[in-house]
Amino acid sequence: MRATDHARPASRAASRPVRAQAPPACHGQVSVLAPEGARRVVLVGNPNVGKSLFFNAFTGLYVDVSNFPGTTVAISSGRMGDDVVLDTPGIYGVSSFNDEEIVARDIVIDADVVLNVVDAVHLERDLFLTLQLIDMGLPLVVALNMVDEATSRGLRVDEMELAALLGVPVVPTVATKRKGFTEAQAALADARVGLSDPVLQDRLAGLLDRVGTRGEALLVLEGDPFIAERHGVEPLGMRDEIYLGRRQRVNAIVSRVVERSGGGLDLRTRLGHALLRPLTGIPVLAVVLFIMYEFIGVFVAQTVVGFTEGTIMQGYVEPLIRQAVSAVVGSTGVLYQLLAGDFGVLTLSTTYIFGLLLPLVIGFYLMMSLLEDSGYLPRIAALTDRMMTVVGLNGRAIIPMILGFGCITMATITTRILGNDRERKIATALMAFAIPCSAQLGVITGLLAGAGGLSLTVAYGAIMVVIFGVLGVLMARFVPGESTDLLIDLPPLRLPRPMNVLTKTYRKTIMFLREVGLYFVVGSLLLGVLQVTGALVAAQTWLAPLTENWLLLPRQTSTAFIMGFVRRDFGAAGLYSLGLSGTDVLVALVTITLFVPCIASVLVITKERGKSFAAFVWVGSVVLAFLFGGILAHVAGWLA
Amino acid sequence: MTLLEARRGSRVRILEIPDDRARAQCIRFGIGEGTVVDWAEPLRVGPVLVRQANQEICLGRNLAGRIMVEEAQPTDECARPCDRDCGLDLRGRGA
Repeated sequence: MRATDHARPASRAASRPVRAQAPPACHGQVSVLAPEGARRVVLVGNPNVGKSLFFNAFTGLYVDVSNFPGTTVAISSGRMGDDVVLDTPGIYGVSSFNDEEIVARDIVIDADVVLNVVDAVHLERDLFLTLQLIDMGLPLVVALNMVDEATSRGLRVDEMELAALLGVPVVPTVATKRKGFTEAQAALADARVGLSDPVLQDRLAGLLDRVGTRGEALLVLEGDPFIAERHGVEPLGMRDEIYLGRRQRVNAIVSRVVERSGGGLDLRTRLGHALLRPLTGIPVLAVVLFIMYEFIGVFVAQTVVGFTEGTIMQGYVEPLIRQAVSAVVGSTGVLYQLLAGDFGVLTLSTTYIFGLLLPLVIGFYLMMSLLEDSGYLPRIAALTDRMMTVVGLNGRAIIPMILGFGCITMATITTRILGNDRERKIATALMAFAIPCSAQLGVITGLLAGAGGLSLTVAYGAIMVVIFGVLGVLMARFVPGESTDLLIDLPPLRLPRPMNVLTKTYRKTIMFLREVGLYFVVGSLLLGVLQVTGALVAAQTWLAPLTENWLLLPRQTSTAFIMGFVRRDFGAAGLYSLGLSGTDVLVALVTITLFVPCIASVLVITKERGKSFAAFVWVGSVVLAFLFGGILAHVAGWLA
Repeated sequence: MTLLEARRGSRVRILEIPDDRARAQCIRFGIGEGTVVDWAEPLRVGPVLVRQANQEICLGRNLAGRIMVEEAQPTDECARPCDRDCGLDLRGRGA
């Protein structure tokens, strides 16, 4: 699912920048991804059209995945003979509505040849991008993909006629069965600048002396503020007119080349609708979430992590590291404490990242990739949209929310897919305050099971849902700005391809390690310093009276709270040894869930949302934790 | 009426999408002002589902409440092709 966010309300004529900070885009950025002199073959297409299958077939195993300069969008590049093949994010059109489009736009502008992959089942949608690429004057080949699926849905596409109307080679393909790859590759030599709208081309000609290329001239005409600024001209607000003209040309082409037989909705479409209707959709969602919980929450979090964290890391790796460090710096000094002590950079962060987080992150990305490739994820977004609007978000926010139960740090990065800064702020804060990450959940469920079983678990769940709702409604009310509406395309339901799911999971996991791995290391170094300087003990002493008098819990519980700052699960684990029971457990757990997010996620929140917002979240979580914890303790006291 | 008030399963013509970005994105998806959609369904406790040809999109209730539509006539064509010479050579081909 891709972003289709849009700001509102806005006047028709006005076109304005859509992101506060546009990536510093300039010509020749792609050279970072492709060596000088190599022909740049760029793959372009709508989301979920099978582009990556072409990319894998063309480039083989040796693929480089890197962040596009100045952005957070991952771009794959690889070699095909002397050429460089670049994959771009799935987009519905070239402009700058979101990060994906900005990146695709800048790569496309510098392309030598474009292979446009289109979905034969959705030509009405896909040819819009094709015609835009043609209007941009780019040498193009169209891969008409999924022709088998089109046939099975009663659609016949006349590819000869399509090629004649577009003025570019059209190659029918079935990427999932590896059909047509060779032909598509061969056709690249015959790539053509296709047949554009003559009226539009006249207009573009008038701009060419001021703006470098036809592609950029088109974007200026369509009102792209960044491209206009790059060339020192005013963006021209002709998007509506050009888009409508292009839409009409697409419709004319489709009505000429597509023949439909059979009527009514097929089973797959009906199933898709059933997943959206609450009566059938909600039970299915409940089952899916339960399966996810069984897989991630039980299998990965307990069995797999038990082995990776306990057996491998703590059993073998940590002792080895301690031995090695003490051999070099001795085993008593401050340096030993910082490197291999309780919060040692080499011990704690290694175990945390590889023993605990890695299996969980892989588990979550695996599930998300399955949901994405099956076409179910956008339907979850639709199903939860109404609920999410209550807390000032839209259905797309369900993606970071689900990931938040895995790792808040990972989920905070995923808030980039949300429509605007207001939504990113609300989602980030809600997760940091009220969603327990998987590390913490494991300990929480253990404690609940030990202390009172089902009734306590239900009480904890209900209290957290209420707190989530109250905080969300308050933030929706007070965070400035206006949230965007849901506007997504629902892809057909498909059986996910295992190879594709694994590749996606692998790439996302690598990006996660690259982007946040460092923060866990820096985090444990900071904690090491706090410990060595005695600041941790001081904080525990300072918190103790509050814990005892306001939360009505034993003094030692404050140690657990402070440890929560190190790793959220350390905090919860600290409660085990205190032998709390009944409502005390409830108060302690609610407090510790709300209490400060782990140090790595605070660092990532700082990086993504800025210092003052991170400070707000941090201070806010301390206040909320003690506010709600205290209220709960006193209410429970009166009721008892 | 607005898209939010459309009858479940009705064919409606989109009259106005009063929002720059949403309008552009809808046109990309195949649904512009003047388009007749095959199936509009305001989902209970959810967004509005719109289907045109094989394309399905979901629009949040807020947005759908601002999109003006009218009930389409049975004879209305779904999508409008070029109303001027747009450079397509459609004479005598295919068919």
